[in-house]
Amino acid sequence: MKFTILLALFLGSWLVACATPAGGEGGGGNASPPEATAYIENKGSDTIVNLALAWAEAYQGGRTGIRISVTGGGSGTGIAALINGTVDIANASRQIKQEEIEQALANGVEPVEFVIARDAIAVIVHPDNPVTQLTLRQLSDIYSGTINNWSQVGGEDRPIVRLSRETNSGTHVYFLETVLRLGDKNDKTLFSTDTLLLPSSEGIINEVRQNPNAIGYDGLGYVPDDLKIIAVAAIEGGDYVLPMISTVNDKSYPVARDLYMYTAGQPSSAVKDYLEWILSDEAQEIVAELGFVPIK
Amino acid sequence: MDKSHNPRKTGAGWQEIFIPRMIKACGYSAILFVALIFFFLLREGLPTLGEVEAGALFGERWYPIESYFGILPLITGSLLVTLGAMAIAVPFGIGTAVFMAEIAPRWMREVLKPLVELLGGLPSVVLGFLGILVLSPYLRVFLDLPTGLTALAGSLLLGGIAVPTIVSIAEDALDAVPYSYREAAWAMGATRWQTIWRVTLPAARSGVLTAIMLGIGRTIGETMAVMMVTGNAPVLALALTSIFHPVRTMTATIAAEMGEVANGSVHYHVLFFIGLALFVISLIVNVAASSVVFKSKKRAERVLS
Repeated sequence: MKFTILLALFLGSWLVACATPAGGEGGGGNASPPEATAYIENKGSDTIVNLALAWAEAYQGGRTGIRISVTGGGSGTGIAALINGTVDIANASRQIKQEEIEQALANGVEPVEFVIARDAIAVIVHPDNPVTQLTLRQLSDIYSGTINNWSQVGGEDRPIVRLSRETNSGTHVYFLETVLRLGDKNDKTLFSTDTLLLPSSEGIINEVRQNPNAIGYDGLGYVPDDLKIIAVAAIEGGDYVLPMISTVNDKSYPVARDLYMYTAGQPSSAVKDYLEWILSDEAQEIVAELGFVPIK
Repeated sequence: MDKSHNPRKTGAGWQEIFIPRMIKACGYSAILFVALIFFFLLREGLPTLGEVEAGALFGERWYPIESYFGILPLITGSLLVTLGAMAIAVPFGIGTAVFMAEIAPRWMREVLKPLVELLGGLPSVVLGFLGILVLSPYLRVFLDLPTGLTALAGSLLLGGIAVPTIVSIAEDALDAVPYSYREAAWAMGATRWQTIWRVTLPAARSGVLTAIMLGIGRTIGETMAVMMVTGNAPVLALALTSIFHPVRTMTATIAAEMGEVANGSVHYHVLFFIGLALFVISLIVNVAASSVVFKSKKRAERVLS
């Protein structure tokens, strides 16, 4: 994460630096006033930072007279900066909170929301595991320690080894709220203490690959083809759904979240053009390349 | 004579003043740095006692994002992995040292010693890779465990990391025992084994203990390899069978969580408190070991005089 932020800072400043001469020349060629070069400050979620950087690079590559600077720091940091009026676009992997909206309005800023991509969390097991589908309730019981053997969910008589990301991962928190607590804010269910907390996505994938007892979760884009993805049903008796672009977009896959960008008021010309481009097919192709789910 | 000495004397006098003081400063700086580190840990760690109740702090649940700050599972995890590693590294390390100093021919020793020291220079993250890709899958199949990411995997790796330290220092100590001791034992009719066990090893006792102590220090402070192979599940490890289950050590917790924690928060203070606990544990190990070393020296001196 630290590395991502540093990378983002570095690339962000690099993009600005590189765009300077090119933008200047372009501006000089098109129109004489120097304010033809537009700056867009973009800050927020670490989940989105790589995507935002890829977008900024692609967008600036084909155009002159625009400079986009991207930084990470977390969803809360980005929204706070938007409220304070220091950025044009805030990235967030969660929706803006009510109190943040109130703060913004008190500051004379009206946040406008754009859903820019989606992120599905896939539940993965060893390919030899006969279990193919689980309900959210079963997943919750597995991770909270109520279900401890695969035979209780229709598998072989094997102990369940639970794998999770470390507690500082946003994915960990999302999984806790959406799966373990089934979206109930008053639910205080916790991960079973014997859940293995692995420091990286790679650690989870590696253990699932070689251990038929293991169950893990990870962003859909990170799951390699040789692992088995579990179909999940939101409720008992409901349809079991595999995570893929279509099921995430029609909301039938229950463990997926929207990724957002917020602007202060309805966006102005340059920011508006950029956001329109982000929602275009060209930009959404980059979303799929980076392992996220495009919104259409 | 006096006149020719004078200029040299003033030059030597300047050196006589400057160099010993510099050396003295180097010696004291070690004490100063330890004291400063201890002070820093105290300053950042002690606020914990005001922020978290003692009962909760020594509770059985570690889940910092929901304010469960029970550090007992982390302490037992570290102790279990360290004890396991020592159970492997001490017999193995001292056995190797004895072989190299007492039994192996000279040429073999010349080859073995640099090789063992090279092993000590392996970065622990490389051993962690081996652990996660080779050792833990093998352990899972061989011992029929639910997962190979266990305290045992950590102990085996840490044992491997501690062995070169122990071998190198213990071998030096054994080598320093005068040859006449052995000749005297043989002259009394002692077998080779009796000489090693009753004469050479006791004579080199303080060096061997230092070797073990440094091995423990290396083990309890090791982070990267442990974080990769022990599974990091904060389970209270009290039974002997816990060695076959995942554990979370103090070092791995600090390494995994320090990067993302808000400066000055309760979680931040608790992590420093864990660092303080680690510091105190290694202090206890050091004091205990050196008191044994000093005691044995006194007795040896009495016997010899």
